[in-house]
Amino acid sequence: MQNQHTMRSFDDELNYLSDQIAAMGGYAERMVAEAVAALVQSDSGLARKVVEDDAFLDAKEREIGERAVIIIGKRQPVADDLREIVGAIRISSDLERIGDLGKNIAKRVVAVTEGKQPVRLFRGLEALAGLALTQLKEVLDVYASRSVERIGFVRDRDEEIDAMYTSLFRELLTYMMEDPRNITACTHLLFCAKNIERIGDHATNIAETVHHIVTGRQLPLERPKEDQSHSVVAEPDA
Amino acid sequence: MLRHIAKSVAPLKQALQTLANRKNTTEPSERPRVVRGDIDSLPAVYLAAAVLDPLYIFDGAGSILYSNEAADLAFGPMTKSVSLRLKFRAPEMHELVSRVISGAEESTAINYSERVPVERAYRVVASRIGNDTGLYVLMFKDQSEARRIDRMRADFIANASHELRTPLASVAGFIETLRGPARDDAKARENFLQIMQNQTQRMARLIDDLLSLSRLEMKPYQKPNAQLDVVALVRGVIESMRHIASENGVEIVSELGDAPLLVAGHSDELVQVFENLLENACKYGSSGERILVSAEQASPMDEVRVRVQDFGPGIPEEHIPRITERFYRVDVETSRTQKGTGLGLSIVKHILTRHDARLSVKSASGKGATFVVHFPPVPPSGTGAERA
Repeated sequence: MQNQHTMRSFDDELNYLSDQIAAMGGYAERMVAEAVAALVQSDSGLARKVVEDDAFLDAKEREIGERAVIIIGKRQPVADDLREIVGAIRISSDLERIGDLGKNIAKRVVAVTEGKQPVRLFRGLEALAGLALTQLKEVLDVYASRSVERIGFVRDRDEEIDAMYTSLFRELLTYMMEDPRNITACTHLLFCAKNIERIGDHATNIAETVHHIVTGRQLPLERPKEDQSHSVVAEPDA
Repeated sequence: MLRHIAKSVAPLKQALQTLANRKNTTEPSERPRVVRGDIDSLPAVYLAAAVLDPLYIFDGAGSILYSNEAADLAFGPMTKSVSLRLKFRAPEMHELVSRVISGAEESTAINYSERVPVERAYRVVASRIGNDTGLYVLMFKDQSEARRIDRMRADFIANASHELRTPLASVAGFIETLRGPARDDAKARENFLQIMQNQTQRMARLIDDLLSLSRLEMKPYQKPNAQLDVVALVRGVIESMRHIASENGVEIVSELGDAPLLVAGHSDELVQVFENLLENACKYGSSGERILVSAEQASPMDEVRVRVQDFGPGIPEEHIPRITERFYRVDVETSRTQKGTGLGLSIVKHILTRHDARLSVKSASGKGATFVVHFPPVPPSGTGAERA
């Protein structure tokens, strides 16, 4: 992956860090997928498992932070090695946040699925989660393969997620206006949708960090911000 | 003397022949010496290359040393010596790899699935190679088919029962009326029978679309290898759509140009994509009276774009992200009168995902809609040979 150092143990330490990131990534991916599956299938057992899984991410984030500090102190890395290590710290905190957001979705499962909910409520959310998961997987794949040329695509997809979120917001609002009994479930689903949208943002953050690790340059600042749900209002005569 | 030379050349010739046969599977530098028909000198990489299931060989640090062709096809080409744990991040996978490296005796199997781009499920086994090689092998057995069939059954029942119930209820209602109050009313009878016929046709279309979607989902995921000229393909589709266009009072204007544009794809599936897009443009954009079809590629390294533009009422912005979902309809009323099933664009999206291509939509109310299909550029000649 990176050029060999004279000291093999340094390479081992760096590889250990990236392996730990990969482990966190795997957990985060699984947590998000399972949280949404638990929601759609109203499976409270699966939801509990997701909540428990979060402890792993918290512990790993700490471990990576500590390891990274030790490596910096011991090896005094420069240039790409330093970027690799600082990048690992940043990516691990993004992944930890993704885990938290997944856990939050799982915690809402019981409240949402208390009554029998119609399938149409979940269709949009599933599609949104599909986009965010694709985003997350691609970003972590880029981290694995270091093929930064795919990163522009990741940012485009973030735009798509934002647009989908805005549309979902509108849809859920309509259901609440149709029937006040939907309000409990829909409010929770709105939070779930927001969480998924945030997961997409964290994935984009990771993409930026990876780009920095590999090229040494930051991506341009202008980042698409397409979330327009703040301007969505319920129209009484709609 | 001469005979002696001829004798020593023979095995060399055989070895060269074997190498020539294998030249696509291994780099020149790693061709080991082979004695024909001798099992002891059989190189492991040859054996691994002959395995049709994805297979990786890795070392005690978890770095990938070798991936066979099936693995590259299924999970994308791998950079050498990259960590296996980075590529396969699932927690179960990490456990499996650590367990086998730490020297667990019996080889264990786990289930591994990838959800994107297409759902795939594998049974994965890891085991040590030999006693002191320090190498391990990871093998994948594709189980997607069985999983897909299960899922398809569940989805089909859910979707079909939901979507077929409406027309069925209406047919049942009319039958009741025909047997009761409208028994002797010839005019009403004719009218009702017409509605019933429309409803049964709708059910038939729905079943057709559901089946074609399910069939797509059933097919094993495989990146298309064949290259085809998308310009010629689209031109063919335009010809076949002329009658639908004239029925709807629109004209299809082709601005495709003459230069062929190559993409990787299955022609039947791509025909279905463009048929669906053009049919939609004819049906929902008919008020614009023309449809513009164009194709472009800025340079051989850029993506190929095919554009289908109509000048109808357009799609309200808030619906755009959702239109490829199953049974999502922008306007239920128009969709019904246009005999839509709500599945056309999901079929399109599904096919494009399998082609590594994507669909983008630009539209604003009152300004028509533009559907653009983006194909990835085809790698320069010698596909599949570029292994890092």
